[in-house]
Amino acid sequence: MEVVQLQRSFVECMASLFREGLLDAQFSQLQQLQDDSNPDFVVEVVSLFFEDSERLLNDLTMALDQPNVDFKQVDAHVHQLKGSSSSVGAQRVKNCCVLFRNCCEEQNTEACLQCLQQIKQEHLLVKNKLQTLFELEQQIVAAGGAIPMVQ
Amino acid sequence: MMENGKNSAGFSSPRTDTFPAGLRVLVVDDDPTWLKILEKMLKKCSYEVTTCGLAREALYLLRERKDGFDIVISDVNMPDMDGFKLLEHVGLEMDLPVIMMSVDGETSRVMKGVQHGACDYLLKPIRMKELRNIWQHVLRKKMQEARDIGNHELDQYDEVWMLNGAEILSGKKRKDFENKHDEKEMSDSRCVDSSSMKKARVIWTIELHQKFVKAVNQIGFDKVGPKKILDLMGVPWLTRENVASHLQKYRLYLTRLQKEDEVKGSFCGMKHPDVSCKETSSSLSLQNPVDVCTDVTKDKHGGVSEDKAIVHNGKVKGVVSMPTAEPRSVVEDNFDSQTAGSKIGLNDSFGLINTDVKSATVPTPYCSTGEAPQLQYKQDFQPHFQSENGLSHQPLPVLSHQIPVDRTPATRILNHVPSREERDKHPNTEPKPSFFKSKSEGAGKFSPVESTVNLFQPVSHHQQTNFHTLEQMPSTTWSATSHNVVNVPQSSARNLTLGSGSIVASLGGDMCGASIQGECFPANNGLWNIEQFDYNDPHPISGVPTCLYDTLRFDYEYPIDSLDGIVMDQGLFIV
Repeated sequence: MEVVQLQRSFVECMASLFREGLLDAQFSQLQQLQDDSNPDFVVEVVSLFFEDSERLLNDLTMALDQPNVDFKQVDAHVHQLKGSSSSVGAQRVKNCCVLFRNCCEEQNTEACLQCLQQIKQEHLLVKNKLQTLFELEQQIVAAGGAIPMVQ
Repeated sequence: MMENGKNSAGFSSPRTDTFPAGLRVLVVDDDPTWLKILEKMLKKCSYEVTTCGLAREALYLLRERKDGFDIVISDVNMPDMDGFKLLEHVGLEMDLPVIMMSVDGETSRVMKGVQHGACDYLLKPIRMKELRNIWQHVLRKKMQEARDIGNHELDQYDEVWMLNGAEILSGKKRKDFENKHDEKEMSDSRCVDSSSMKKARVIWTIELHQKFVKAVNQIGFDKVGPKKILDLMGVPWLTRENVASHLQKYRLYLTRLQKEDEVKGSFCGMKHPDVSCKETSSSLSLQNPVDVCTDVTKDKHGGVSEDKAIVHNGKVKGVVSMPTAEPRSVVEDNFDSQTAGSKIGLNDSFGLINTDVKSATVPTPYCSTGEAPQLQYKQDFQPHFQSENGLSHQPLPVLSHQIPVDRTPATRILNHVPSREERDKHPNTEPKPSFFKSKSEGAGKFSPVESTVNLFQPVSHHQQTNFHTLEQMPSTTWSATSHNVVNVPQSSARNLTLGSGSIVASLGGDMCGASIQGECFPANNGLWNIEQFDYNDPHPISGVPTCLYDTLRFDYEYPIDSLDGIVMDQGLFIV
């Protein structure tokens, strides 16, 4: 019933994350790393990622807001974000970072701002979806159900 | 967070026999997400993990817990320090294998990593299987070290590692592994039974070494072979293998001296591959009335020929004392005119100074390594004991001061023989040739002048912590860190020493001279009387720290450092 529905929603959410390319195989790796000694591993890692990436996005916004943009600095931030996003498998965010770095190389502020916009959108998208996923997970557990294995 | 299992001392316990489980990994990454993930992954591999968010923190940990880690994995981009710099530091100071990581896989970056000494470069996202294999790097390094030092110094843990690691590779490979290390006396411990890991080690006492050197000289360095030496030595309990491995170390030692000589040749800083050093060597040793090889043409000019550095005013301040082996080593002739006629105290610790040996690498007291793994030197140091040069070209790097030998702190210098005046001034540092002479009265050829500096230990605390068996010798005298020694540029000093190929000939406990590490300096008088090795005139060697030969893995650098030190003393070397 409810559990079943929850489980179905969970499965669907997970599948779409992968299908739409928001997440890649790295996320599966994280799931595989999770075990009884660390039952909340994935949630913890993802939380860490979002904390860190939000800070980076803020830094990026500020850096691009300067009258004289320091592209080296911007590039450094983007590089960090790229590394971070690769840790959780946030594929689309990572891909945006690649494009972003090209804009930095060209020292094109306008293009950089656009890239930043895009990254923020992708970031928000994957964040929301993952939040939904984790909530479903919690609800399933609360309802006494088992978390379905996806993939 | 420290995830290492700690024993009561607070340090990670040594690796267990369930190789490669328990591998002690230090992970350095400024990205908290990655740090967490890597920690988890490594734990899944049954490794002991320690994480660090900053490079400086990592260095601190590594220094604090010497020998507390087996391998370091570090990200390339870090806020406080460039990952490549960290890589260099670790390689130099701790000589641990380092794996670099990055999300950026550009060839140029990867190349840079390799050039800086990384043993691997992983791309993020990192897969579990990549981490599972990192133990191979540790094993490989240990094997290299074993090869370099003739396996004398491996402690039981290393042996367990090597054997178990080898087993893991494949049964057949293990046989090959064993066979390959046959000469290195691995046979004793080859049995995988780790309980019998510790093998009986031959202690190369000074007397024994002198016999060895004598035999080598009698045969002729070029024609020498373990069997011949063994026969001549007449020591019934000694095996051919023992001799073979000792010979290898000796050769390394000499080669290193040679290299250092060449390097120092120019005094200008290392790159002068001018072995025939005239300059430094001559200047150095003249004080000692060492019998210079007859071959030595005294160039009275001594001087530094091109290298100039030789310090001093004409006096040989630092004498590269070559033990006056009978065959007088080719001390070359560039002896300072002043020293004309003076015997060059070449510390022929290994008795190498033969007339035959022209460009023989001057045996540095500290190492009887055979073919010195010169590769390790970043700089091209030549052992300055070049017999030709007589005085050895001190290892280059440091040539900055003309300090008379006595002044030089610890430059252990094998080649350094303080001038008479210096000696007078510093009775303590009488140039005693060779270490074995505890009473140095003679020109200390290799007497580390102040012996305060541990030439062989560029970084005292960094000293080869991984040399398990290394006996820190009473290196009171010698333990000064490299900075004492001389202005050897830290990096260069490090380069030298931290090379993985520590030649160090672990010649055995008593042999002080042999220790490349310089740790063996006789603490008592701080003199390296390499001349002790003069088997023509055996002196009771007293106070020779047994550790001399125990220093296992002396990095190549050590001798270099010492040489540097020597140089410094003599002011021959210009850093």
